[in-house]
Amino acid sequence: MEHLELFFKSIFIDNMVFATFLGMCSYLAVSKKVTTAVGLGAAVIFVLAITVPLNWLLDQYVLQPGALSWLGAEYADYDLSFLSFIMFIATIATMVQLVEIVVEKFSPSLYNSLGIFLPLIAVNCAILGGSLFMQSREIATLGLATTYGIGSGIGWFLAILAIAAIREKIRYSNVPPALRGLGITFIITGLMAIGFMSFGGMLTGGDEEATETTSGETTVEVQVVATEENTDLANNTKIEE
Amino acid sequence: MGLLSKKDAALIKDPLADNNPITIQVLGICSALAITAELEASIVMSISVLFVLGVGNVVISLMRNIIPSKIRIIVQLIVVATLVIIVDLVLKAFAYELSKTLSVFVGLIITNCIIMGRFEAFALGNGPWKSFLDGIGNALGYAVILIIVGFFRELLGSGTLLGIPVLGDPIEKTGLYSIGYENNGFMLLSPMALIVVGIIIWVQRSRNKALVED
Repeated sequence: MEHLELFFKSIFIDNMVFATFLGMCSYLAVSKKVTTAVGLGAAVIFVLAITVPLNWLLDQYVLQPGALSWLGAEYADYDLSFLSFIMFIATIATMVQLVEIVVEKFSPSLYNSLGIFLPLIAVNCAILGGSLFMQSREIATLGLATTYGIGSGIGWFLAILAIAAIREKIRYSNVPPALRGLGITFIITGLMAIGFMSFGGMLTGGDEEATETTSGETTVEVQVVATEENTDLANNTKIEE
Repeated sequence: MGLLSKKDAALIKDPLADNNPITIQVLGICSALAITAELEASIVMSISVLFVLGVGNVVISLMRNIIPSKIRIIVQLIVVATLVIIVDLVLKAFAYELSKTLSVFVGLIITNCIIMGRFEAFALGNGPWKSFLDGIGNALGYAVILIIVGFFRELLGSGTLLGIPVLGDPIEKTGLYSIGYENNGFMLLSPMALIVVGIIIWVQRSRNKALVED
């Protein structure tokens, strides 16, 4: 149930494109034709499904305050969270390269359809954004992180598919010359985003209640983590002063 | 600009209007849209990008002859990520509230396409001084759009600028509110950022017909 909820939430309510504007650059650049849009969308789902859980592990066992305690008691105080940007982007770049090599070796046909988009994806903000949101929303388990990655990927896929279909049709409409191309795409995306906002009440009627209705255990866990973080931050500032 | 030759001045001036990174080159849209509900956040974001792009362009330009072209994307990402970590830590230390508002979008400067785009298109082929000017120019072009969008969204959405009420008090009905003006809360929602940018593009292309797409 929890998985299903997060899955639909990340597709519709927290849609990467319409709610947080992630991956807009490639969204605008590669949405001229439906076929290319499908290729890029599939590649995004694929890479998000791999990198989000991987970065979750990295976050849990290396980066978080106290995450290194599995190495021994003397490592328990380390807080490497300032390194998360560089670690996440390095993981993503490496994974993208690795996926490219593996796909090229084992499935040339898939490589031909996905391949050209893979290098583009390393610098797609939707991918890094997925990992950063996973970190800041404190997703609790590896399974949930995977669900979140796949869900966000599908959300992005839907968005680029929809805009590509609209752009193919809008070529036959009489758009004011100055608005043609980029301008009208922006405005359509805005209107689609307004449409997607209506999904906001889909789960339990509003964000606030949605968090309350998740099972008691996870809410408690999240709160504990949050307070721990706060005290950590407070301690940090004290030490620095 | 007595200091700069005509060519150098063009490096700064072009991105401000006719070669604007957001409205013409279509780079760096993500962050431009997500954080522009308040003018202050837009300004801080612009300054962060200015720093990262200016310094990053110089660093990449200095290293351009020793980076093997096969791994240049990773090298570029590492350079940007380092600079962004500096920005993030500085923001957390001196403007904690604001860094909470910007949340993950500071981190997302790493994958801001403006930065990678300028590295690829300019810094890899030009000297440090020119790259620096190009970085500053493009960051300013980015800043102009961010500040215009932030200005209108904050003014129309909450009736304030930089947090200071400029249209009167909506509760006590002073200023404009006394004649029945209402804040348009819709401007604060994220879809309006897209539509405001769309309108900016419309205005810009109507003024300069050469930019119109077919």
